[in-house]
Amino acid sequence: MEGHSQYTPKSGFARWLERRLPILSFMHDSFVSYPTPKNLNYMWVFGAILSFMLVAQIVTGVVLAMHYTPETTLAFDSVEKIMRDVNWGTILRYAHANGASMFFLAVYLHIFRGMYYGSYKDPREVLWILGVVIFMLMMATGFLGYVLPWGQMSFWAATVITNLFSAIPVVGTAITTWLLGGYSVDNPTLNRFYALHYLVPFIIVAIVALHVWALHVTGQNNPSGVEVKDVKKETVPFTPYATMKDAVGIAAFLVVYAWLTFFVPNYLGHPDNYIEANPLVTPPHIVPEWYFLPFYAILRAIPNKLLGVTALFASILITAALPWLDTSKVKSAVYRPLFRKEFWIFVAVCIGLGYLGAQPAEGAYLWFARVLSAYYFLHFLVILPVIGKVEKPEPVPESIDASILRGETSHV
Amino acid sequence: MFEARASSTKRRSSVKRLSLVPFTIAAAMTLVSPAMSQQEAPPSATDQVAAPEAKEKESRHESERHEQKPKRFDWSFAGAFGRYDKAQLRRGFKVYKEVCSSCHSIKMLAFRNLSQPGGPEFPEKEVEALAASYKIKDGPNQAGEYFDRPGRPSDRFPPPFANEQAARAALAGNYPPDMSVLAKARGYSRGFPLFLIDALPGFSYQEHGVDYIASLMEGYEDPPPDVKLPEGQFYDPYMPGRRIGMPPPLSEGVVTYEDGAPQTIDQYAKDVSAFMMWVAEPHLESRKRVGLGVVAFLLVFVGLLYFTKRRIWSGVPH
Repeated sequence: MEGHSQYTPKSGFARWLERRLPILSFMHDSFVSYPTPKNLNYMWVFGAILSFMLVAQIVTGVVLAMHYTPETTLAFDSVEKIMRDVNWGTILRYAHANGASMFFLAVYLHIFRGMYYGSYKDPREVLWILGVVIFMLMMATGFLGYVLPWGQMSFWAATVITNLFSAIPVVGTAITTWLLGGYSVDNPTLNRFYALHYLVPFIIVAIVALHVWALHVTGQNNPSGVEVKDVKKETVPFTPYATMKDAVGIAAFLVVYAWLTFFVPNYLGHPDNYIEANPLVTPPHIVPEWYFLPFYAILRAIPNKLLGVTALFASILITAALPWLDTSKVKSAVYRPLFRKEFWIFVAVCIGLGYLGAQPAEGAYLWFARVLSAYYFLHFLVILPVIGKVEKPEPVPESIDASILRGETSHV
Repeated sequence: MFEARASSTKRRSSVKRLSLVPFTIAAAMTLVSPAMSQQEAPPSATDQVAAPEAKEKESRHESERHEQKPKRFDWSFAGAFGRYDKAQLRRGFKVYKEVCSSCHSIKMLAFRNLSQPGGPEFPEKEVEALAASYKIKDGPNQAGEYFDRPGRPSDRFPPPFANEQAARAALAGNYPPDMSVLAKARGYSRGFPLFLIDALPGFSYQEHGVDYIASLMEGYEDPPPDVKLPEGQFYDPYMPGRRIGMPPPLSEGVVTYEDGAPQTIDQYAKDVSAFMMWVAEPHLESRKRVGLGVVAFLLVFVGLLYFTKRRIWSGVPH
């Protein structure tokens, strides 16, 4: 996709700047003339949606930070002050809290799209791994941010999650104490979580830049999974084609986001987080935010703490190995009958784990969680490698144009 | 065993403990003062699991373990077009002031809030007079002394007790929770698949907390014959564990309404719950009003963008 820039500076200033710092041609090549496959469907708008959400979260977050106090005796009240006394504070805070949920919703759809169309395969392995890194940083940010309102769930989530590190043999307890800044979750913990919650999003911005860079080197995958052969015939310039399609996607996504923020802002929250943190009262039922539930279910499914924590981290890290675990040469699930079925089973398993993560870890729930956790790992470690070997793929089109002629893409 | 798993064991035992600890409200609803949480060494969740008594209590009657699901009330502020009923908020405030406020603080509510748009909207003069009828601690003055002065609209409602210990000493060990955000701090699970519907336009249900509170207020009953309540405990099927330390706060005619609304327990319960919802969410009206504009704009905008996109792509086979 790399080539000579098609950008020609028009004004005198642009020519002057271009000779000193070619930022205008860089922007032009990245967001105007950048070739995108013609046959992308609406599942390809989530990259733009995620970029939008990252900026939205940073903007709302920075303004919230101007009014928030990271101190245990004041944090809860300062959040309520934002809700009551700060102009537009209610909307700002609900937009930020629900923005996190929408961010994760978009990232999950983005990840599943990548899995369905084999976007992680050669030559996009590094692009995929950078995505996994972004996802992990997002999880860290989401968790850190959830602690800040200093409600009961904030406090106990912090206690449970930091406690995970104590499972590490020999040095676990020391690491936990170091992370907390004491022997339990307290003011030093809140202070550093606040600092880190402000810091990590900017690290995400940096990794996103690498992610986009890697994307622009390899070019986008597409629903047929066939690489672009003729840039002139099979691609369209990013602007206006992709920009316009992304704009439709973002606006439609915003409708859902706005509905959540303005009309059901506490739907995804937990009532207990409106009770100020109290180290002496454990909530009857500690649950994380919905977007952590599948991983939480895996953690609790294993009756050994160290193994549970290992499984938790492994369940995330294993996705980074996808390019090598999936042995099929065919990228897109469109031509992979067996994988296509397995993909939807896997999606159902993830949703099932999410449901179980919200239930008490006992009785039948626990056994279901164990079965589904086992399946989760089997999917990556056994089923995918084997399917790639035994499956007989359907005929793959020779080119993107051939795929379009077959009528395999949507026309919306 | 670690914290994450301990929580599930705790779920069962927390209900049990209510019968052992006389402080029912304290156990389920406590809002401990921040100062206290600083001083005491926080025990881990594992330490809190009251394992030994769990088995023994297991044999008790089923009805004791599970609370009833709250009733659903018809709230004026529910749904996308929902607005508070001003008359109801005024009545609810009267109930709060004459009944609840003797034990429950409402520390985040300022007098001025009562005259702000989207609330009970009392006239400012009335609010000034009301504020002046409260004594507010202030100081230190030039002589370095603290003093009482009449309240101003900008003051927040002074709490009935100086601190948690004072409340517990006066109320047989109970510590009534602050009511500022209580309507959002309570809720119940509707379970699968109903909880999915709760988010949808047209079906949206966000009133779990107020429904619970209103149900609880009017839900006091005589305990079933097989249930023995300790001294100072009351039976309420909506309370987790069905026991509550708060004596039935409402009775027919206890608050005089000037607008002709029925002076019944049910009416009081609904009015004060609506008031609590407003205190917890004072900007609900402006939020929903702005939201309607935002969503309407976005819907039109999506349409325009979509047709522009179609036009742009019309020449490209894709």
